[in-house]
Amino acid sequence: MGAGHGHKLHYHGHSVVHRAPAHLKVASLLVFMLVVVATSRTWFPVFGVYLALLVAVIAASKVPPLYIVKRMVVEVPFVVFALLMPFVATGPRVDVLGLSLAEDGLLAAWGLLAKGTLGVVASLTLAATTEPRDLLAGLERLRVPHQLVQILGFMIRYLDVVTEEMRRMRVARESRGFSARSVRHWPVVARSAGALFIRSYERGERVHLAMLSRGYTGSLTPGATTPGATNATPTTAAPSSTTPGNHA
Amino acid sequence: MHVPDGFLDAPTSVATGVVAAAGVGLALRKARAELDDRTAPMAGLVATFVFATQMLNFPVGLGTSGHLLGGALAAVLVGPWTGILSVSVVLLVQALLLADGGITALGTNITLMSLVGLVVGWLVFRGLQRVLPKRVGLVPVLAAAGAFVSVPAAALAFTGLYAVGGTAPIPLDTLAAAMLGWHTLIGVGEAVITGLVVGSVVAVRPDLVYGARPALAVRTLEIRSDAGASA
Repeated sequence: MGAGHGHKLHYHGHSVVHRAPAHLKVASLLVFMLVVVATSRTWFPVFGVYLALLVAVIAASKVPPLYIVKRMVVEVPFVVFALLMPFVATGPRVDVLGLSLAEDGLLAAWGLLAKGTLGVVASLTLAATTEPRDLLAGLERLRVPHQLVQILGFMIRYLDVVTEEMRRMRVARESRGFSARSVRHWPVVARSAGALFIRSYERGERVHLAMLSRGYTGSLTPGATTPGATNATPTTAAPSSTTPGNHA
Repeated sequence: MHVPDGFLDAPTSVATGVVAAAGVGLALRKARAELDDRTAPMAGLVATFVFATQMLNFPVGLGTSGHLLGGALAAVLVGPWTGILSVSVVLLVQALLLADGGITALGTNITLMSLVGLVVGWLVFRGLQRVLPKRVGLVPVLAAAGAFVSVPAAALAFTGLYAVGGTAPIPLDTLAAAMLGWHTLIGVGEAVITGLVVGSVVAVRPDLVYGARPALAVRTLEIRSDAGASA
């Protein structure tokens, strides 16, 4: 992935929130969410304060609220679970609109929804205002093991390459008249996954060799988290291996 | 599938965070011993592969589809340590960049899906491999068995965590029954897909499959010639 692309959730901008150091953002997200999770769900007004805080940060970031709202769909399966809660929980029951619901379940559903939603909105705000390479530098500063940050860096860098490879394989399948409709089609899709593994693994080997030929000795040099230095080594290996589309 | 923020209470979240950190730390050391300086690019690309395969849709029927979780698959393909690293990194990216799984629940998610799911899947695979004949053709079948067990095992571990730090009053036996029943079903799908994927890799590049190494080691060279065929 090139320097200017960013990930799909990133919303380009130059606000205070965008410019804030990434390690500060990650640390405050973690602390904020720990506080939210530790808050008793019966302190209703406090959740209003949390929400107001988040809204203020989003307003300061100048990311359109609709942008965040649209991306909250990741929460849907979990909302369904929370809505089931009043029906399956035990304890005293109350009648709401003719339905017999468990009081504790209602409270639990509220707690799950409130905390889960705050978590999703807060994480989306981080994702929308932080470039992946800044995020990597931030994690490095937060003393996440160097090796882990490197792995993360390779994953983020090659995400678009590999998903694009997968897309080409899908186009190749479909242009031959294939469409996955039932369980009978699993072997075909699974073979695509197998081919994707072989290609990813071999790409990893080529990247490693390309790095070795550029003097890699096992760890990127200290200070390698600056964008120029991290990008220099492995992205140069990518062009040599981005022509597999025609034998999918 | 991912546990969101607020599902388990703060002490449980922190405790699983410590477990996850220890597990990933150990995996880092072990994978490095195995892969040496190839660790970063290899684990990175395998993580990308796991992430990408989770986007492949497998139609179940009636317009719905499921996707692979990939824990047992990663373990069989690249070995348990690199597998743990890769799946953990996938979960980290999903929490930080995609808001899938809460950041306070990251430790829980890594513990359940990466540590419990993957290790159980691997142990079942390796255990069966020990007692059964070492044949390359068996590797996909064993991988399927590992995948089948890994999903309900993670679900059971989740139920255990929920018993300790759950925030909603659901009767535990109901939850355990629902989780196990549902995830056994998911496990069947996971097993079939894992078996098919491993089978397709073993057919083309058995040398890449970590779990096939013991079977490859005992394989003897077989010389086929025209003379032999016509005789």
